[in-house]
Amino acid sequence: MPFEPVILFFLLGLLAGVMRSDLKIPAVLYESLSIFLLLAIGLKGGVELARQSLSALVLPVLVVVGVGALIPLIAFPVLQRLGRLSRADAASVAAHYGSVSVVTFAVAGAYLSGVGQAFEGYMVVFLVLLEFPALMIGVWLARRGANAGGQGKVLHEVFAGKSIVLLLGGLVIGWLAGADGLKPLDRVFFDLFKGLLAIFLLEMGLVAASRLGDLRRAGAFLIGFAVAMPLFAGALGALTATLLGLSVGGAALLATLYASASYIAAPAAMRIAVPEANPALSIGASLGITFPFNLVVGIPTYYWLANQFQGAI
Amino acid sequence: MSMLHTRRTLLTVICEASIEARVLADARRLGAHGSTASDARGWGQHGERDGGWPMSGNVRIDILCEAAVADTIAGHLQEHYFRSYAMICYLSEVSVLRSEKF
Repeated sequence: MPFEPVILFFLLGLLAGVMRSDLKIPAVLYESLSIFLLLAIGLKGGVELARQSLSALVLPVLVVVGVGALIPLIAFPVLQRLGRLSRADAASVAAHYGSVSVVTFAVAGAYLSGVGQAFEGYMVVFLVLLEFPALMIGVWLARRGANAGGQGKVLHEVFAGKSIVLLLGGLVIGWLAGADGLKPLDRVFFDLFKGLLAIFLLEMGLVAASRLGDLRRAGAFLIGFAVAMPLFAGALGALTATLLGLSVGGAALLATLYASASYIAAPAAMRIAVPEANPALSIGASLGITFPFNLVVGIPTYYWLANQFQGAI
Repeated sequence: MSMLHTRRTLLTVICEASIEARVLADARRLGAHGSTASDARGWGQHGERDGGWPMSGNVRIDILCEAAVADTIAGHLQEHYFRSYAMICYLSEVSVLRSEKF
């Protein structure tokens, strides 16, 4: 199979960053692209949601969010006991891994389209609903036994944050307008999607390269965790989706969602709610290792896993 | 026309962009009448903050106020932010016109 071009853009950015090239994507372009991508993903999901009976989604949503909540609860003791991280650091890293990465999801969608694999369009609903529970759990884990607090701040940070506003907003707009209503906007939001995702990934490659230095502080344990955790969570996702009766594409996408680690919503929320946690550890692991790992190795692995589970169950 | 200068204190805070809103709300609550914020880049004990993406964003906040208010805000920042966040602040004496604004 030829290489997925958007991933090659990411690798180019990574290479440019490692080479200390003077290439720099202006911060306003980064902001603009992220607004575009979030809206486009939301709209796409909303259009698919309009074709779906909402009541049929209740059970899958409850199962997907419930199983997803296990991820930070499993990650936390591993990080604290085996990794000997402080309570705040373990909670913050667990929250990052429990939450999801929108861009990893988008790349997985592009990968599945590339191999001609269809998937349930309403997966975006899972994307939206999986973003915040882990953050709440992370704050709870950090504060357990101490004075409660921080949950209000993190709630505001997450729900008023641009990723939820735009994803959920796009989802509702797409759902209300439907495929026909959105047709005049198709050229902007759907036809341009992959090209703009490519430029965004070029920037993410640069950013990931800039976090590589953090890994020296993170140590061998966290580096191993950043590879092992997504593989474990990905297998959990593929299994859950298969048991729920999702297609191979849907199972690969849910595996990717469970495997992905947040590097936009989680760092912002944790910085406010758990300030004593060292962001270099969580961002270094999620962005320096897990994000590139998922893009290059993880997504094809989760697709393979989804195929295996589908065949076995 | 005579120019009436008055001495005021300029409190400059340089910190992570993620806490800008909180710092501004605290400053307002502690008596600041206004502020000016701008994006900033730099490096220090917390590493390099190049503003390339939101989590490495830095802001510089200037607050012109009376010396007592500047001391109160600086003390509050020291108590609540210095330990966990990338932040520096410094005070300087400046001359202003229309001192009633500050």
